Amino acid sequence: MSGAEASLAVSVFLACAVEAVEALTIVLAVGSTRSWSSAFSGVLAALAALAVLIVALGPALTSLPIGVLRIVVGGLLLVFGLQWLRKAILRAAGLKSRHDEQAIFEAEALAAGRAGAATGEFDGYSFAISFKGVLLEGLEVAFIVLTFGANQHDVGLAAVAAGAAVALVVAVGFAARAPLARVPENSMKFVVGVLLTTFGVFWGAEGAGASWPGGEAALPVLALAIFAAAALMVRDLLLGPPALAGGLGR
Amino acid sequence: MIRGAALGVWDFVVGDDWRTAAGVVAVLGATAVVAAAGLPAWWLSPLGALATLYRSVRRGSLG
Repeated sequence: MSGAEASLAVSVFLACAVEAVEALTIVLAVGSTRSWSSAFSGVLAALAALAVLIVALGPALTSLPIGVLRIVVGGLLLVFGLQWLRKAILRAAGLKSRHDEQAIFEAEALAAGRAGAATGEFDGYSFAISFKGVLLEGLEVAFIVLTFGANQHDVGLAAVAAGAAVALVVAVGFAARAPLARVPENSMKFVVGVLLTTFGVFWGAEGAGASWPGGEAALPVLALAIFAAAALMVRDLLLGPPALAGGLGR
Repeated sequence: MIRGAALGVWDFVVGDDWRTAAGVVAVLGATAVVAAAGLPAWWLSPLGALATLYRSVRRGSLG
């Protein structure tokens, strides 16, 4: 396995694990308070919708010329990566509330209780909330799997990494029968943000016609530089607003 | 329904900070222009991406 393939697998695994933790919290909340069977039906329906999306978009993406694919995919990965990284930086600096799975679980469970008692075998509320939760959390992962896989010509590896992450999160979640509040989501999002940004920069520049010194060997250097810059931004924010606010752009 | 779908795609791709997406387009556009001129352009995208991130974080830190 090459370095780029290993990075692909790690990026997809971490991104998928984070989104799976968030989706699991929603499913656990409606399943445990209302109807497990309807919640599972919602999960299956969402997974089917995601599979259709991947099957429909996959061939379209892989048929694009490599230059077009790299600038489009690089640009989109860069937008996603910078957004993940910005939120992770602000959370690490205490300027944005951290994702609290226990609090989200309690809020979802409270909302499920207020929606009235489930009647009959099929509970529409449980189905709809599970479907929406899994679909929305899964969309970004499906996109990451598709774009990473298409660019590296290895959708299979990306799919295996995504499947392994979901299987692990679901197994641990159901063994604990509780939201996975101890998963270091912010740290994982920080790492995923760095990796998405790294690949976005690399592929985007290649698609725009630039050549990297050393080819793929530039990837770890880029990742380290982006990680260091993001860590410095956290440090500046922790030291106080004037350090960051007084810099670039003033 | 079409408007809803378009808003969904916009929200999915652009998210809550459209200036980050605009910055990415500008950075890759500048990289393409420099590369087309036959000059080394690889350095532009990491610097541009970090500058875009810095500005985005700064906006977020100011609320």
